[in-house]
Amino acid sequence: MRQHVLGPIDEFPPGSRRIVELEGRSIGVFNVDGRLYALRNRCPHQGAPLCLGPVAPLVTAPCPGSYVAERAEVIRCPWHGWEFQLSDGRSWVDPEGTRVRAYPVEVRGGQVLIQMR
Amino acid sequence: MTVDAARDPSPAARPARPAIVDADIHNTWPEPAALDSYLPERWRRLRARLGERLHPGAQYPRLNPAAARTDAWPPDGGLPGSNLDLMRDQLLDRWSIEHGILNPLLEAGELLNLEYGAAFARAVNDWQVAEWLEPEPRLRASITVPYEDAPLAVAEIERRGGDRRFVQVLLASRTLEPLGRRRYWPMYAAAEAADLPIGIHFGGAGGFPTTAAGLPSFYFEEHAGMATVFQDQLTSLVFEGVFERFPRLRVVLIEGGFAWLLPLMWRLDRTWGMLREELPHVTRPPSDTIRERVFLTTQPIEEPPQPQLLARLLDRMDMDAHLLFATDYPHWDFDAPDRALPGVLGGARRDRLLRGNARALYRFG
Repeated sequence: MRQHVLGPIDEFPPGSRRIVELEGRSIGVFNVDGRLYALRNRCPHQGAPLCLGPVAPLVTAPCPGSYVAERAEVIRCPWHGWEFQLSDGRSWVDPEGTRVRAYPVEVRGGQVLIQMR
Repeated sequence: MTVDAARDPSPAARPARPAIVDADIHNTWPEPAALDSYLPERWRRLRARLGERLHPGAQYPRLNPAAARTDAWPPDGGLPGSNLDLMRDQLLDRWSIEHGILNPLLEAGELLNLEYGAAFARAVNDWQVAEWLEPEPRLRASITVPYEDAPLAVAEIERRGGDRRFVQVLLASRTLEPLGRRRYWPMYAAAEAADLPIGIHFGGAGGFPTTAAGLPSFYFEEHAGMATVFQDQLTSLVFEGVFERFPRLRVVLIEGGFAWLLPLMWRLDRTWGMLREELPHVTRPPSDTIRERVFLTTQPIEEPPQPQLLARLLDRMDMDAHLLFATDYPHWDFDAPDRALPGVLGGARRDRLLRGNARALYRFG
């Protein structure tokens, strides 16, 4: 684990998204209603800049005609629409086999810290 | 949400790649008024009063606004595909595109007013020359034509045929009648005379439902059904005898994938044997004709769970010289040049798909 300081938390307000370069990798850092997430900015499918896609609750349907907006946020790839959970980078379509790297982020002493592996 | 970094992750870090030909790029206007200066006053006034009156059927919500990659909206506020600088950044420079073929999906062929459709097509082609082909020598273009009126379409083919930056004639996959019908033949004669392939791109509106089963509830039903409309159009061209009547005509099926073609060829050959009495004008097995005269772009490529199935399919299909790689930039179902073709399509086959076949078909080089 290598820790990096991304900057003061007020540079990552709720609703913000920043793309940062760390160790040669492009990483998206998200603040969704106070929850911080960081994902590798590269879709495992065809290499799209994943973190430029829209973020929204995952919509599921227990049966046709009944739709539920889950609490878990997903990011939708700007190209083909594949959805990935912001919390752990797992895709909805193939949670075990198709994942994008998710990095732990936390706030300590007013600074946003990210753990790289 | 805000994005405060470069649009594209570290493009400078990418190594040089071998050149690629992209057989399907969609250029458009930043906003519809951008075409006005290319239209004669009479049609400009009519456009301002009435707008475009179209055959119904194509006005359909897509996966994303403008059917585009959500990262393809230019910073100037125009539509995706309208900004040449962004196209260079996201496509031409990024993947070393040697030649890219512009297929503007602007609705000249769907306009109900045929004379307006002809003026609209002329304006689109003039706009392509001035705003795309002149400033960017890597680009080539398809000729937009009012394809529901063959004489008007022929006039536009003849007007453009001498400019070798125009490399094919562009039709849509949904038309008023199947494309093998004789009302369309004068276009095929003109294309053959100008040594231009006929390109048929997915989409369009002939006033009919968007699938053979009717109007579906969901966009993805239409998207998944793109193979069936190409199957119907190809069957029409073959069984009407178009390839016998126009012995040098070449047809490119654009944005329908290709894996559906092998079982269709099996079926057409069997049908040909059984229905010879109805179709005496079809003088060769359909698969022979298709393997000689029909080309297909790869996008949106079929993605079987085991990629080697795609290689085995191509072995059986025996059309390696007839598949053209295409990205469909800036649309959402974009195929990335370095990732869309699986590794099992390697060596000489990959080289043909990515560049060699298109160079030969469109006479580049």
